[in-house]
Amino acid sequence: MSVARSSRTRKDPARPKSGKKTATSKPSASTESPARQPSTGHRTDLLEAMLRIRRFEERCVELYSATKIRGFVHLYIGEEAVAVGINEALTPEDAVVSTYREHGHALARGIPAESVMAEMYGKATGCSGGHGGSMHLFDASRRFYGGSAIVAGGLPLAAGLALADRMRAQPRVTCCFFGDGAFAEGEFHETANLAALWGLPLLLVCENNLYAMGTALAREHAQTDLAMRAASYGMPAWAVDGMDVEAVEQAARRAVEGIRAGTGPHFLELRTYRFRAHSMYDPDRYRDKAEIEQWKVRDPINRLTDRMRENGEPVEKELARIEQRITDEIDHAVAAAEQAPEEPVENLLRHVTSSPAEAVS
Amino acid sequence: MGASGTEVSKTTYREAMREALREALRSDDRVFLMGEDVGRYGGCFGVSLGLLEEFGPERVRDTPLSESAFVGAGIGAALAGMRPVVEIMTVNFSLLALDQILNNAATLLHMSGGQLPVPLVIRMTTGAGRQLAAQHSHSLEGWYAHIPGIRVLAPATIEDARHMLAPALADPDPVLIFEHGSLYNASGELAPPTAPVDLDHAAIRRPGTDISLITYGGSLTKTLAAADELAAEDISAEVIDLRTLRPLDDAAITASVARTHRVVIIDEGWRTGSLAAEVSARIAEGSFYELDAPVERVCSAEVPMPYARRLEEAALPQTADIVAAAHRAVD
Ligand SMILES: Cc1ncc(C[n+]2csc(CCOP(=O)(O)OP(=O)(O)O)c2C)c(N)n1
Ligand SMILES: [Mg+2]
Repeated sequence: MSVARSSRTRKDPARPKSGKKTATSKPSASTESPARQPSTGHRTDLLEAMLRIRRFEERCVELYSATKIRGFVHLYIGEEAVAVGINEALTPEDAVVSTYREHGHALARGIPAESVMAEMYGKATGCSGGHGGSMHLFDASRRFYGGSAIVAGGLPLAAGLALADRMRAQPRVTCCFFGDGAFAEGEFHETANLAALWGLPLLLVCENNLYAMGTALAREHAQTDLAMRAASYGMPAWAVDGMDVEAVEQAARRAVEGIRAGTGPHFLELRTYRFRAHSMYDPDRYRDKAEIEQWKVRDPINRLTDRMRENGEPVEKELARIEQRITDEIDHAVAAAEQAPEEPVENLLRHVTSSPAEAVS
Repeated sequence: MGASGTEVSKTTYREAMREALREALRSDDRVFLMGEDVGRYGGCFGVSLGLLEEFGPERVRDTPLSESAFVGAGIGAALAGMRPVVEIMTVNFSLLALDQILNNAATLLHMSGGQLPVPLVIRMTTGAGRQLAAQHSHSLEGWYAHIPGIRVLAPATIEDARHMLAPALADPDPVLIFEHGSLYNASGELAPPTAPVDLDHAAIRRPGTDISLITYGGSLTKTLAAADELAAEDISAEVIDLRTLRPLDDAAITASVARTHRVVIIDEGWRTGSLAAEVSARIAEGSFYELDAPVERVCSAEVPMPYARRLEEAALPQTADIVAAAHRAVD
């Protein structure tokens, strides 16, 4: 399956970058000021990666209304800087474990929009063969291990990926995304302790968007300083402005450098916000519209374009070019998903076990 | 030592299991053992005693009391190419890792459209009989046998304790091994295998013609004792050891019923919704016209396992119960 998948990888925008990424990765001096002088080209790359996620999900909303996409769909709109900034610090050899709010993680990782869209359509050409849907995107060839919809359920598994690397002295990092709600689960605390105890090469990325469904941070945590609590496990942990992609990138680089240097797991708390409801089912009754508007002022995409303008970078020209490319890409992804074959019902029992004979019992 | 050689040797179920682990650790450097007290303590039932000294703390890995984290870590390590053997002290504690077993290990291959097989082995103790009361004695392997995507083994003999681990590790999918706590001290002769050990077939532990006694795991000894008693009354009982609880060997069950036409199923799980219920349903579906009597079941009484010895004995399937059930079917 994965062979077929790579052959239909039409274009893979986020991937080619990762090659040169390692070369540009310089140790950062502090979190406050960017250590590497970001080139116009790099900012444009970041912008494009965030816009791809934004536009992809906006199209998902339309397709959901048109009932082309069904099931639970959790949008990442507003949080794009996190996935994009973190991904900058990772190489293709590293592993990513994600959640059900994962379109951004998957696209940033370089899974083609076409492959993700086909999965949302439940088509056989989707990145999980139509078995997963929005919440369960997988791509073994990119070491993207999904797509867990059990809150905090991906954390132990991520520790295991990191453990395997440690045991075989592989200089790789496993990055695990999870939310502020997941921080309340036992599986988070078990994993944090285990990873710190064993010094595992694990990057814990807590996307603190201030809500677990309708429950605000202060209504779910006795102590809301999550980075401080993570630090109590004996690992470097700090909070980052998750609406500033360059700040995220820089923090991620610093954390990943620490992990690669053998100093064990690192925890980043990304302070961010989702502009949309929890899922397509959520009437969003538990927060003030004013609060949402306040956060929209900090939109990570505008934040970056503003900075580029201040720097005299040619934003408008770039934007038009990027928007066009992304529109084409998403149009193509939708058209391909529309055309793509469904998995035949005869294949219902496939991939339950590796041996086809067993599927009957 | 002897258990892996070519000669018949005297050993115990515990030592046979340890020898299987030792062989796995020696022959494949992707294999490692992980769990609570598997290292320094030697395993809560002494199965892994000495392995830490032989293989070191990287490969015989003591974990914190975090069932979910270390079972999940086993899943992740398996995804990354290792062959972990995770030990959970008992099936009761496995409930704290049920999320990882069901929602990750059993589903990843399917959810990923076939991209991510999970070659993980999880071993745990199950069953009653040692007056450990209601949080250390239950037989929940039937629940696990409910789950598509995993294989469930119940080695009931020293041979299976010694030889099931290697094929379990060779399986590309998650395998759960249930070791009945009353079996560890069982001793006997262990001969080198005469045929390749497979995980697909039930075993006829005693051939017979009048009635099929279908069982697995810790109940096998009691069932064989019942067959002895029945033989003294000229009732020839066939004893089937299921060995693999998922997938079930339907063919073996069907063939036995076709020979004997009468069945007793012996299962230490509670009767309601039990593995015995599943076997019984399959016989009703596939062998209905072969039956000369209703299917009988001997299961645990539907109570949390009591502590007091006499109560515990009364709650568990006993040889006398099996004999009585056989009489009901035959008379
Ligand atoms: C174990 C578990 N409990 C409850 C749920 C239902 N649920 C889905 S998402 C969610 C909120 C999670 O919040 P958070 O971790 O902050 O992530 P976010 O959705 O904000 O990205 C809940 C309660 C679940 N999927 N899994
Ligand atoms: Mg949240």
